[in-house]
Amino acid sequence: MTFAPPVLRLSASQYERIVGHCYEGLPDEACGLLAGPVGEVRGAREATGHVSEVYPAVNADASARTYTVDGRDYLRASRDAEARGDEIIGVWHSHTHTDPYPSPTDVRSAVDPMWIYVIVSLRDESPMLRAYRIRDGVVGECQVVSMP
Amino acid sequence: MMAVEVRLPTLLRVHADGAASVHADGTTVGEVFAALTAEHPGLANQLVDGEGVLHKFVNVYVNDDDIRYLDKLATPVTDRDVVSILPAVAGG
Repeated sequence: MTFAPPVLRLSASQYERIVGHCYEGLPDEACGLLAGPVGEVRGAREATGHVSEVYPAVNADASARTYTVDGRDYLRASRDAEARGDEIIGVWHSHTHTDPYPSPTDVRSAVDPMWIYVIVSLRDESPMLRAYRIRDGVVGECQVVSMP
Repeated sequence: MMAVEVRLPTLLRVHADGAASVHADGTTVGEVFAALTAEHPGLANQLVDGEGVLHKFVNVYVNDDDIRYLDKLATPVTDRDVVSILPAVAGG
């Protein structure tokens, strides 16, 4: 059975923090984490797509080609999310010169089938933000909705 | 023996009846993991490899400190410590 990917709902300020952190990280890739509530869909735990907090993180790789979320940043974000009664539900990172689509490395490295993977492409003059579900090597795009 | 709290990432909770946090006995991280996997066999291959070495895609913290920079699996723990397990989050 296939699940419909969740709709990612970002407020204008969350969007700006994500995209701003991506520009600040140049020339390297930037990354961070998303927290939000988790529900249950047909017996499986699923992110609802609502985002309660965004956590800019250090790219421990300090690289223009790869990223690794700094482990201590992840630990802090995880504690903060759980204190809110939420969970880490996804990760974002930038592609500095390529499409906002998961690279083979992104697909291979995808941590959690429940997570939403956000990619911000800085290739063009305007940033492009897209979101995906990566499950068993299969990429499905999530709709992204701007919230007030 | 002291029961040490171990915080599990969402991905591993399925192997521990959905619990976000479990307790296991031990005086080092390695002993705690051995007790943990004895109780929850599904966790066995998720933390250490066949040689007893921590997987490189798993990060383990005692309170705020990464055990790779302490004594790895020999890092001592007490019942006042919290061990957190988190997957490495990476891509390209």
